[in-house]
Amino acid sequence: MMSFDLNGKSIEISADPQMPLLWALRENLGLKGTKFGCGMALCGACTVHLNGAPIRSCVTPLAAVAGQKVTTIEGLAGVELHPVQRVWLELDVPQCGYCQSGQVMSAVALLAGNPNPSDAEIDQAMSGNICRCGTYHRIRQAIHRAAALMQEG
Amino acid sequence: MSAPTDLDRRQFLQLTAATGGALVLGLQLAGCGPQPTVDAQGRFAPNAWIRIDPDDTVTLLVGHSEMGQGVLTALPMLIAEELEVDLAAVIVAFAPADRAYDNPMMFIQATGGSTSVMTSWEPLRQAGAAAREMLRAAAAMRWQVPVTECRAVAGAIHHDASGRKARYGELAADAARQPMPHKVALKAPEQFRLIGRDQPRLDALEKVTGRAQFGIDVDLPDLLTACIARPPAFGARLQEFDATAALAVPGVREVFAIPAGVAVLADGYWAARTGRDALVIQWAPPPAPAADSHEVSAALRALVARPGLRVRQDGTPQEVLAQAPQTLEAHYEVPLLAHATMEPMNATAWVHDGRCEVWAPTQNQGGARDTAAALTGLAVADVTVHTTHLGGGFGRRVANDFIAEAVSCALKTPHPVKVVWTREDDTRNDFYRPPVLHHLTAGLDGDGAPLAWQHRVAGPSIIAQAAPDLTPAALPNRAPRLVKNAVARGVALATGMIPDFVGFEGARENPYAIPNLRVEFATLRPYAVPLGFWRSVGHSHSAFAVESFIDELAAQGGEDPVAFRRRLLGNHPRHLAVLERVAQAGDWGTPLPPRQGRGIALHASFGSIVGEVAEVAVAPDGQVRVQRVVIAIDCGQVVNPLTVRAQMEGGMAYGLSAALFGAITMRDGAVAEGNFDGYRVLRMNEMPRVEVHIVESGAAPGGVGEPGTPPIAPAVCNAIFAATGVRIRRLPIDPALLKSA
Repeated sequence: MMSFDLNGKSIEISADPQMPLLWALRENLGLKGTKFGCGMALCGACTVHLNGAPIRSCVTPLAAVAGQKVTTIEGLAGVELHPVQRVWLELDVPQCGYCQSGQVMSAVALLAGNPNPSDAEIDQAMSGNICRCGTYHRIRQAIHRAAALMQEG
Repeated sequence: MSAPTDLDRRQFLQLTAATGGALVLGLQLAGCGPQPTVDAQGRFAPNAWIRIDPDDTVTLLVGHSEMGQGVLTALPMLIAEELEVDLAAVIVAFAPADRAYDNPMMFIQATGGSTSVMTSWEPLRQAGAAAREMLRAAAAMRWQVPVTECRAVAGAIHHDASGRKARYGELAADAARQPMPHKVALKAPEQFRLIGRDQPRLDALEKVTGRAQFGIDVDLPDLLTACIARPPAFGARLQEFDATAALAVPGVREVFAIPAGVAVLADGYWAARTGRDALVIQWAPPPAPAADSHEVSAALRALVARPGLRVRQDGTPQEVLAQAPQTLEAHYEVPLLAHATMEPMNATAWVHDGRCEVWAPTQNQGGARDTAAALTGLAVADVTVHTTHLGGGFGRRVANDFIAEAVSCALKTPHPVKVVWTREDDTRNDFYRPPVLHHLTAGLDGDGAPLAWQHRVAGPSIIAQAAPDLTPAALPNRAPRLVKNAVARGVALATGMIPDFVGFEGARENPYAIPNLRVEFATLRPYAVPLGFWRSVGHSHSAFAVESFIDELAAQGGEDPVAFRRRLLGNHPRHLAVLERVAQAGDWGTPLPPRQGRGIALHASFGSIVGEVAEVAVAPDGQVRVQRVVIAIDCGQVVNPLTVRAQMEGGMAYGLSAALFGAITMRDGAVAEGNFDGYRVLRMNEMPRVEVHIVESGAAPGGVGEPGTPPIAPAVCNAIFAATGVRIRRLPIDPALLKSA
């Protein structure tokens, strides 16, 4: 039995400590918003935050998050949507939507560390998140828009 | 003007609509009688798409698959326009598998070929209008007023003279007793309040909050997850396996052989995957291993050296070529491509109580239903297919292989079973875009005007492989299986002998005014690698060949590529309008720095015409950076401009990914690439800035899911030529050819 903080709540889980966090979230804890895409940290669909930093949960053993804070797409919004989610809607970013949980989580982490990223900084931070529908152009615009929105307060 | 349109269901469907006359198969669908107007839940159900509850809940059912292309928004817009309901007030749901939702251009319930809007344009507006008329009639009867005085607005019928109003829910029960109208008047375009206006996606909220349910998210009580060990080469067969180590993995519950390989069923993915990796399996090598990529390339070269089967001839191209003052010749080659949807293949099946239920991210509900019925021996009526969101489709999810795997597993256990593929499974067991070689020869007069054009296309046949699998599902449900199998065999025989119509599509329709023109196709056989429909299918390579070679002809005569095309498109006003728009918006003719260039390409597919101008910068090491792409599209009547722009951006990015990186390599009878490290796809840092311009033409609706893909490879390669003088004739683009001296 191990415990960690998941979306602000302390949870206990009994599972193979070597199992990637992704499968614990999806199958043991029922949070299916985090997606499986590659299993090798190559596509970013499984991105969650570990103590606020983006990680690929498909290669992160469950044991590595013991006692720490994990945030998933389900834990992002409070009463209202996170500003990044709001601009994702405003610019109609998703197509198939499968990669978007990971895209949103990476974008939120980028903006937390860099409130006004340049195109080059966005490209750098987001190049680990693949989208086969090609929504990159809108994601780039949405991150700029979210940066402006968050600075307005 | 509003014109009454006929509501009678079309009973004769001809395969000719899709085959362009290559194959004629007339089918009469039986059992398509009038719909009951009340469904099992007592709701007003005037047709397959609309349900209105007495509590005023309006549900619109979508029989197509949502894979990002926006049908879950566009199709309800068509219904809501005529039904007079607000989109914000309705519930949109995926329909079950049912012949009522058959795609009239595909003969089964399936989504592909950019056909959703073009085939739904009339029927869904009629469906909305018919329901509205029944609601109006119900109100008129209740209030004893003329029906002409009853107005439908925002989910209610109003009678202005008396100030009365009734919500659709209040009228639902009465409306269900009204006769179905035989004719309905549809709105004229100037009366549209939804169609043609930006409508944000109805599924966006669930997709930014992680709540959208994809196939891989399906969960059921006592569900087991399966990972399957598949043959290491195409055609290899299972000899024997030892499951001892796999069964020792905690969580692994069952191991057994199915036609696809060896299935490991466990309490979750991780245990199933770990168990699969612990299997010890002996495979018998394939009797005829798939040829290596370089051998296929050599075989295609040999094929285009001789004449193929003629699929178009204008004038006397061979004679003119032999006498032309100057000739130009080039080969264009493209490799195998995987679809690489973000959501790996998966499906869930449960055989219980004499029924089979399937939950799947499928583009082919009809095929999924038939596959499940054939494997279980159940009647089609005892199979239920639940469609989930699709994490990308691009043509991959037309195939039913992953459905068959889940049903095969479910037949051997009382549990529901979810089969989940790894990324490597997905890359190595796709139905690939075929490798194709184009050989072009042109004859020009002394001034560089083209006199003759000969275009030979050679490749393996997708249709010969796919038709036998796709045919049974297109036949009536009640056709005996023996008949279905016999028809499938006949189709296989026929398609093995005719040129693959999706192999030369886009080459045959060459729009340029060249008086002597010949297009041929040669089929490479045998061919052991599974082939399928990859976003834009034959257009994905024919546009590369035609639009690159046209650029070569322009360069040969020293003419500007836009001016050259303009001169040859006099008979195609829609093409011309797109060309002018994209050239202007793309700043055609304005200067760029050294080793930067602009390229243009124009291609019609799926009822739409798309022009793209690409701006590239070529680094000294040969790396190509596509900086900006400007797109113009004429897709006829636009339903949701927001979706049209998104599909142009995405279709272009999908084609750019293939142009820059896409290649599946056959080695030792198997696919060499596995994950995204080997099979590279476009990433954020490689995405150009994009602008999309919609050109209005007043034509009937065309497709938008695929037409954005074909023009980008030639536009980029033509831009590379402008930047460096080097002509790229093989994809993906090889930077080694572009190093500065």
